[in-house]
Amino acid sequence: MLETEFMRLAFATGAVVGLLAPAVGFFLVQRNMSLIGDGIGHTAFAGVAVGYLLGVAPVVTALLAAVAGAVGVEWLRSRRRAAGDQALALLFYTGLAAGVVLASSAGAFNVDLFSFLFGSILTVTRGDLVLVTVLGVGGLVTIGLLYRALAGVVVDEEGARVAGVPVAALNVLVAGLAGLTIGLSMQIVGILLIAALMVLPVIAAGRVAWSMRSSVLLAMGIGVASVFAGLTVAYYADLPPGGAIVLAAAAAFGVTSLLEAARAHR
Amino acid sequence: MPLDARHPAIELEDVSFSYRPRQPVLTGVDLAVEEGEFVAVAGPNGGGKTTLVRLALGLARPQSGTARLYGEPARSFSRRDALGYVPQRAQLGTQGPVTVREVVSAGRLARGSLLGPLRRGDRAIVDEAIADVGLTALADAPLGNLSGGQQQRAFIAKAFAGEPSLLVLDEPTAGVDAESQDALARLLDRLRRDRRVTTLYVSHEFGAVEDIVERLVLVRGGIVFDGPPRTLPAEWHDPSHAHARD
Repeated sequence: MLETEFMRLAFATGAVVGLLAPAVGFFLVQRNMSLIGDGIGHTAFAGVAVGYLLGVAPVVTALLAAVAGAVGVEWLRSRRRAAGDQALALLFYTGLAAGVVLASSAGAFNVDLFSFLFGSILTVTRGDLVLVTVLGVGGLVTIGLLYRALAGVVVDEEGARVAGVPVAALNVLVAGLAGLTIGLSMQIVGILLIAALMVLPVIAAGRVAWSMRSSVLLAMGIGVASVFAGLTVAYYADLPPGGAIVLAAAAAFGVTSLLEAARAHR
Repeated sequence: MPLDARHPAIELEDVSFSYRPRQPVLTGVDLAVEEGEFVAVAGPNGGGKTTLVRLALGLARPQSGTARLYGEPARSFSRRDALGYVPQRAQLGTQGPVTVREVVSAGRLARGSLLGPLRRGDRAIVDEAIADVGLTALADAPLGNLSGGQQQRAFIAKAFAGEPSLLVLDEPTAGVDAESQDALARLLDRLRRDRRVTTLYVSHEFGAVEDIVERLVLVRGGIVFDGPPRTLPAEWHDPSHAHARD
């Protein structure tokens, strides 16, 4: 399997995505914003369509649209102009509708578009790998440096705000990182399923973790394992990688739930 | 840089606030909390206690009147690192696993850099705060495995780890049994004396602190009582803590 270059590229890209998605998703899940990734994904879909329409690389336009959508929803939420789920609904449906209209205008309802929606092993190029590695590692380093601050806001957002911690800026940063993750991950996992890779490993890790730190690290491990398992199955069974990866992450949840139950009976 | 001791820690002057037009939550509130005081703010649910706290801390803007912290406008207070806040338990934290140490460490965020791990000095302060509330043996235990009273002690330790000059606790004993409430109140009194922290204790149940605080403020749309608890009319005492007055 790894003698083919496209699989080496897919695994290398997937390793970055598998680490980054749960690391960012952890801070969304803990703030009860598990579904925001879906909304951002639909904005990224509109970005892909814009790319086709303008003749620009869809990865770049999707990345920009995802980050802008994520920051926008956080702005709406923080200003209480729309409650959390209303802001999400606005993003979700506007992104989807804009994507459909723009993709249709660009004449791009074709196989290429489907590869962005559901992921495709064949679409990752060396240039994509460089982009994903540079931005993805940048995202991971940012989380590493600011982990204590981000975790502190998760523990007690109001207390942090009172004490002068820049909570709004940290929340915008998390939203921006979520947009970045979705933009970078869509070729491997697909726009419609990337949110699952941000959430399911975190939920799975939470069943057996004993601290926030262990929860994040376990989730990242489950994320990478799910990507590698999903890509392997997709290669041999000729399946879309996005579905296989997310099913692997769902299976990880089943395993950790069993471990949790076994621990409770001891 | 020390805080300006010439001004009260909290100062509200003729403050009024409403969430909707012609439905005031608070009207004409005057309140000054001097440095070092331990003040209980009590009153029925919906009486405006939490709104008063939000105004005092600069989290909400009064429709009229002024709110100051150490002489500065509360909304633009420049020394927020000197403020500690323990919010209502219902608003606290994460659903996921988190240890006592992780909770208390979050209290050091406002002091120093946000970047990188805690420095050695910060870790020592966190350990000391955990020890002060008697949770050293449980420092690395998940918060979810602890009783309600122990969880609340962890959040009090978090607030003290920030080395605040002014500490505000909003319903700190909600959902905790009466015995644990009394223990928490005694612990709080000891810590704030040791560390000379001005303390505002906000609760609809004030019985636990009735014999500890120097001053009680009752809020029902405005301030209806402000004085030593012993001068409170008998019918307003908290019946759930009758022993406090025995």
